[in-house]
Amino acid sequence: MEKLLDVKNLHVSFDTYGGEVQAVRGVNFDVKKGETLAIVGESGSGKSVTTKALMQLIPMPPGRIKEGEILFEGKDLAKLSEKEMQKIRGKDISMIFQDPMTSLNPTMKVGNQIMEGLIKHQKMNKTQARKRVVELLELVGIPDPESRMKQYPHQFSGGMRQRVVVAIALACNPKLLIADEPTTALDVTIQAQILELMKDIQKKTDSGIIFITHDLGVVANVADRVAVMYAGKIVEVGTVDDIFYNPKHPYTWGLLGSMPSLDSQDAELYAIPGSPPDLLNPPKGDAFAARNEYAMQIDLEQEPPMFKVSDTHYAATWLLHENAPNVEPPEAVKARMKGMATNASSDTEGERV
Amino acid sequence: MSKEKLVEIRNLKQHFKTGRHSVVKAVDGLNFDIYKGETFGLVGESGCGKSTTGRTIIRLYDATDGEVLFNGENVHGKKDREQLKKFNREMQMIFQDPYASLNPRMKVEDIIAEGMDIHGLAKDEKERKAKVQELLETVGLNKEHANRYPHEFSGGQRQRIGIARALAVDPSFIIADEPISALDVSIQAQVVNLLKKLQEENQLTYLFIAHDLSMVKYISDRIGVMYFGKMVELADADDLYKHPIHPYTQSLLSSIPLPDPDYERSRERFTYDPSNHDTSEEPEFREVRPGHWVLCTTKEFEHYKKEHGAVTTS
Amino acid sequence: MDNYKPQKELFVPVERNEGESEKISRPSLSFWQDSFIRFRKNIGAMLGVFVLIVLIVMAIFGPMFNEYGENDQDLSVAKMPPKIEGLGWIGMDGTLTTVQTADTLEDAERKALMRFSNQEEFIDMTVLSNGANGEAEVRAVYDPYAAKGLEENFWFGTDGLGRDLWTRTWLGTRISLFIAFLAAAIDLVIGVAYGGISAYYGGRVDNYMQRIIEILVGIPNLVVVILMILILDPGILSIVIALTITGWISMARIVRGQILKLKNQEFVLASRTLGAPDNRILRRHLVPNVLGLIIINTMFTIPSAIFFEAFLSFIGLGLPTPTASLGTLIDDGFSSIQIYPHILLFPAIVISLIMIAFNIVADGLRDAFDPKMRE
Repeated sequence: MEKLLDVKNLHVSFDTYGGEVQAVRGVNFDVKKGETLAIVGESGSGKSVTTKALMQLIPMPPGRIKEGEILFEGKDLAKLSEKEMQKIRGKDISMIFQDPMTSLNPTMKVGNQIMEGLIKHQKMNKTQARKRVVELLELVGIPDPESRMKQYPHQFSGGMRQRVVVAIALACNPKLLIADEPTTALDVTIQAQILELMKDIQKKTDSGIIFITHDLGVVANVADRVAVMYAGKIVEVGTVDDIFYNPKHPYTWGLLGSMPSLDSQDAELYAIPGSPPDLLNPPKGDAFAARNEYAMQIDLEQEPPMFKVSDTHYAATWLLHENAPNVEPPEAVKARMKGMATNASSDTEGERV
Repeated sequence: MSKEKLVEIRNLKQHFKTGRHSVVKAVDGLNFDIYKGETFGLVGESGCGKSTTGRTIIRLYDATDGEVLFNGENVHGKKDREQLKKFNREMQMIFQDPYASLNPRMKVEDIIAEGMDIHGLAKDEKERKAKVQELLETVGLNKEHANRYPHEFSGGQRQRIGIARALAVDPSFIIADEPISALDVSIQAQVVNLLKKLQEENQLTYLFIAHDLSMVKYISDRIGVMYFGKMVELADADDLYKHPIHPYTQSLLSSIPLPDPDYERSRERFTYDPSNHDTSEEPEFREVRPGHWVLCTTKEFEHYKKEHGAVTTS
Repeated sequence: MDNYKPQKELFVPVERNEGESEKISRPSLSFWQDSFIRFRKNIGAMLGVFVLIVLIVMAIFGPMFNEYGENDQDLSVAKMPPKIEGLGWIGMDGTLTTVQTADTLEDAERKALMRFSNQEEFIDMTVLSNGANGEAEVRAVYDPYAAKGLEENFWFGTDGLGRDLWTRTWLGTRISLFIAFLAAAIDLVIGVAYGGISAYYGGRVDNYMQRIIEILVGIPNLVVVILMILILDPGILSIVIALTITGWISMARIVRGQILKLKNQEFVLASRTLGAPDNRILRRHLVPNVLGLIIINTMFTIPSAIFFEAFLSFIGLGLPTPTASLGTLIDDGFSSIQIYPHILLFPAIVISLIMIAFNIVADGLRDAFDPKMRE
């Protein structure tokens, strides 16, 4: 499949009065057509900053892209001017934000908000645009679109509002859709509807999706591939099965272990101790070392490179080095992996890339 | 677990006037008991009144109607200062937002010691300091943190400071109002483990309010499901998850995404349509199976009994 | 990095230090320390602070720098221009200049001489245009210090009654600042108490208290002030009362809004569940969190109080003569602005500096207190 987006060695920093905060420290990933890449990580891991950098939505200053390339269909977005970027935003790449309350303009009719992009990017006239709005509202499952498009955002419920946001994002048939925690503010039943909707639409439009979330349940539901971020870096990337059934990075183990499964009995949850590092002065070596119970001397001294586990699966941990001792993931994670050994490669030794 | 009742909620109502004639029935006739030493989970979607329930129980709001019995004593109604103070020490609360629940202008030491100051629990400065340090260590923080300000801590650390503040007055009952929903996944587990550890060490009773059903299931002994100010189902945690009876509970359970791609691929979602109920009869809270209560009409009750009553509780 | 083979010995597990993972690397700073650091980095605000300090020091000690008294009248030295030794190049050379035009050169020169009471030997005349095309123009520079044989210099000149303006300007600054600080302090006390009580107790109390404010706001401010001054004898006290009678309202509103927001914050609820009495909540939780805003608002109140005092004096409702305030000085100077601009100039500069400095400092404080700037 062709690569839609290819991010290479992206560094983003914020200059604060306390010093330089390195929010993103060398991130590489790609998104293919028709695939969903989920980026998981804790708050402050740099997942939102990464995607905002793609859209050049980072306030500069204090933010700046220090290094790296963002190749979208071969074009480096990092080098585009604001004017050129505006042509891409909303047309080729569009974004869905977390809070449906604040991402809609409360004083504008819903239909007009959707039409805005159509008229600007697709050069449609009003009648064409109106027809397309009705189609879009139908697509996102809003009943009676003809009359609903004349209403204001406050007349919609939270879930319906997020559907409108999705409709706006889809208006110009974007090739890439970035969804920044689109369901976090919603109730579980509404969340399930929106997730189904997004998967459905992707099937029809074949666009690539970057889905940012901290909820591993949502990841398992929507993602084809998963990138796990920690302290401004991607520590593990692989297909959704790789990550959930054959995780290699201790941080991924921690994330999976800290989610109770519905049938888990009174066993204590596996919790990652401590808090994420302060990116104002990132620690030497592996940023996760301080919270890693499998930390080795080398973790404190050198940053681990990406090790190849399989063609689709890479992880940045020294545990995959040939000299490393064999370690078993914690019980809670092993229980999850059980029964899934069939489609997961069992070798623990990685190949360095 | 003993079957001794610690908290009894009787027909609790909390109505807010929003205009001259409009009233929001945030909580509308709740009845449930919380036993000593158990964790009672209260789940529901936003706006169902679960947080209001917690706040009304602890008297942050005055109940419109009904009573809350704590150790057999009604906590609402007129009380003198001494009685209130005693009650404040017994019942404590952990809040949702770790960023809003600590006063940004106070040192951690003063935040944690606030309860001790109000109730005069520390004889002198030295004892106060020692107690604060002990509490900090109990919740897994360093002694040195006492002199810092809240903004220097991460969300999880702040939440633990909030827990230490509640523990400072030696309560027996703690209302945890969505204590983990604002935290990151890895931090959630820390806090939940801490709450469990504290429960064992101090024989605490929890009312755990949350919308994250998998975490509630994990920590709770019994769970109540709320929908628009009413409790629609109440049962043992396992029983509720394995054999949900009320259609709303079924729809909630079928919506939780689990960190298991295979399960997610095959998941069938169930949608709840409130208009399917027979509205000609006011539904009542009835015991379908021992310990498993459902809000239903007589007809539904018969139906549920036939369908679910025979299933043995696991 | 590609060819680098890490040593085998490095692959040994390390003991994790339990406390290590909870360590905080940043230095511990309270909100106020943090704000102060930010404030100090704001060059404009620091400049404002410097100007204010200089002005306040001058208001206190300025009148002592020479021996003239506030009300020492000497009509023989009336309306002397400012003269400071060494500052002649910015015009403070103690001379008066006039440019006169007439049809002929003689007429123009005569007019110029008349302007300075014909003291020919102290007038330096320059012809700008000799009247060949029907219009003559001369510039006359007159040195009144030499004409009156004065040894002493009046640094800011004198007014129409021969009073030293240096002394009067700084005394006026002192009075104006005193009125402003007093008014701001009273505004602060009433406003914080009123707004705090109104918001904290809420409900019916809030409702009634807000209606009272609305009625007060509804009456035009100036009418109240004029009535106050008519009833009370003019003086510092009556001006302060006039300033505060409606001045506290904005403070009350700001405090009310802030407390309404804060009182439902979880840390206040937490304190209530711990059984904290009302006064503890107000004292320990609410006031410290509104304090930043109170300070900023006071910093904005002071210059507007000074300005309002000047305005009252200017329209004749201010301090009675001979008391000097910046307002009365400006009022005096305004009557002879064309011929003796220096009488107006110095109090006007001082009042402008005070206004600008206070506003810049208040802006700087607002930026420094804004927690959104953190991170």
